[in-house]
Amino acid sequence: MSLRDMMRRHISGWMSLDGPESDVVLSSRIRLARNLRGCKFPPRSTDAENKDVLAKVEQVVVQLIESRTPLFKDGRWVRISELSPIERQVLVERHLVSPQYVQEVHARAVFISADETISVMVNEEDHLRIQTMNAGLRLTDSLSLASQVDDILEDSLDYEYSERLGYITTCPTNVGTGMRASVMLHLPALALANRLQGILQAMSRVGLVVRGLYGEGTDSVGNIVQLSNHVSLGCSEEEIVDNLSAMTLQLINQERSAREALARDLRIKLEDKIHRSYGILTTARMLSSHETMGLLSDVKLGIDLGMLEGVDPSAFTELLVLTRPAHLQEFIGTELTSEERDVRRADLVRERLKIDRQKE
Amino acid sequence: MLCEECGKRPASVHVTKIVNNQKMQQRLCQECARTKWEDMGFFVQPHLTMQSLLSGLLSSAGGAQIGSSPAIQARCSNCGLPFREFARTGFLGCGHCYQQFDEQLRPIYKRIHGDTEHKGKVPLRCGGRARVTREIESLRKELQECIRVENYERAAVLRDRIKALQDGLASSEENGGS
Repeated sequence: MSLRDMMRRHISGWMSLDGPESDVVLSSRIRLARNLRGCKFPPRSTDAENKDVLAKVEQVVVQLIESRTPLFKDGRWVRISELSPIERQVLVERHLVSPQYVQEVHARAVFISADETISVMVNEEDHLRIQTMNAGLRLTDSLSLASQVDDILEDSLDYEYSERLGYITTCPTNVGTGMRASVMLHLPALALANRLQGILQAMSRVGLVVRGLYGEGTDSVGNIVQLSNHVSLGCSEEEIVDNLSAMTLQLINQERSAREALARDLRIKLEDKIHRSYGILTTARMLSSHETMGLLSDVKLGIDLGMLEGVDPSAFTELLVLTRPAHLQEFIGTELTSEERDVRRADLVRERLKIDRQKE
Repeated sequence: MLCEECGKRPASVHVTKIVNNQKMQQRLCQECARTKWEDMGFFVQPHLTMQSLLSGLLSSAGGAQIGSSPAIQARCSNCGLPFREFARTGFLGCGHCYQQFDEQLRPIYKRIHGDTEHKGKVPLRCGGRARVTREIESLRKELQECIRVENYERAAVLRDRIKALQDGLASSEENGGS
């Protein structure tokens, strides 16, 4: 099936490491919540009403794909009910859908663009969740892309919109722009220096929200956090993006100076930690998902600080996604028990890192 | 019902696991679910979401007056959502809920967003722009056809109509109506 082809390519656009500030910012994402006029919101609507919304959107999106409209051409329309549990989880791990979204399969489908930078979820918390994702700190590009997709869809779909309140959303926390802008940050030095908590608390005081790797209600693993705006009403999309970008730049500076301080004051200890982690990754025979992410975080820090040579920087983001449970099982082609997964994960990591060594 | 793992705390999470086509179901407390799910790479904390924060807001100081007012008994006349239900879940039922519960929602906007008015994007359709653009396109086609069959009288009318529509679009753009 077509999703399998997508998997074979392994790497989405946002996973490359050629984006700006990619030593700290892994990706930038924009999400727009939209609802169709006159239809009950998904949490309140019946199965038949959900199907009705899905049919309306499907007609529009499939037409856009078939007419080879820019941004939509060569994209895929994926019905969640037609996916195996592993394939559904693969979409989550690739950040194309939210973890909550695939808990339910009826009347749900997602549009995924050819390069996976655009996805449109139907019948999530809102009727439409338009999402765009780019590598590195590129919020403005992501916003402009999301807005284009929004304009194209709006041409055929009638949105619920109020002049006073803006885009009407299921939850009043999203009303107005219906937008959430977020950046995925790798902050190992701040975490090592035990400064992460304090800084993240400060962020919440300036209207930003901190979350784990997979969004709302998830923990941070591998020293990766998501920073996003909280306010959606009373300021423009551009102001929200400017504010988040400015705060992100502050965090980048903090993280970089923490890295410099570590490399200067605790160099041998840091080198030891990084090389130990690399040692485990290249020799271990069993690796849990959680442990792998922690070790990969050390290796990425080592690459960024120039302490670890001969390792391709893209190995980090590739392995970050490919070693997640569902990707691993999709890659192997069969369902695995937890123990089997740990063995296969270790195999995969050794294999991937060996390639870099051979190139040396 | 108590958690099947620790047998101490109440079970609040229902886990269904499918491994090699073997379905396993477990009822766990949040702490045990958390530990178990770490291996799957997901750390879902169902009770720490924006919605729950919102319902927290509703029951806090600003929400006290909302909670005690008769409004809590109100229902949306379109979708039937009781306001009480919104206070619990943080989800509204339909677009009409926003009008119906406007009075109760205003203090909430203020608390969440620090503002009560939208200042962002305006949909093209809202200003009728999409429709106008489409109309211009179809008039242009008709105009070409009129010229082809040398119906200049009709063509002049169409030309003026297109000009008027284009001017309207341009002025709405100047007024920030795009």
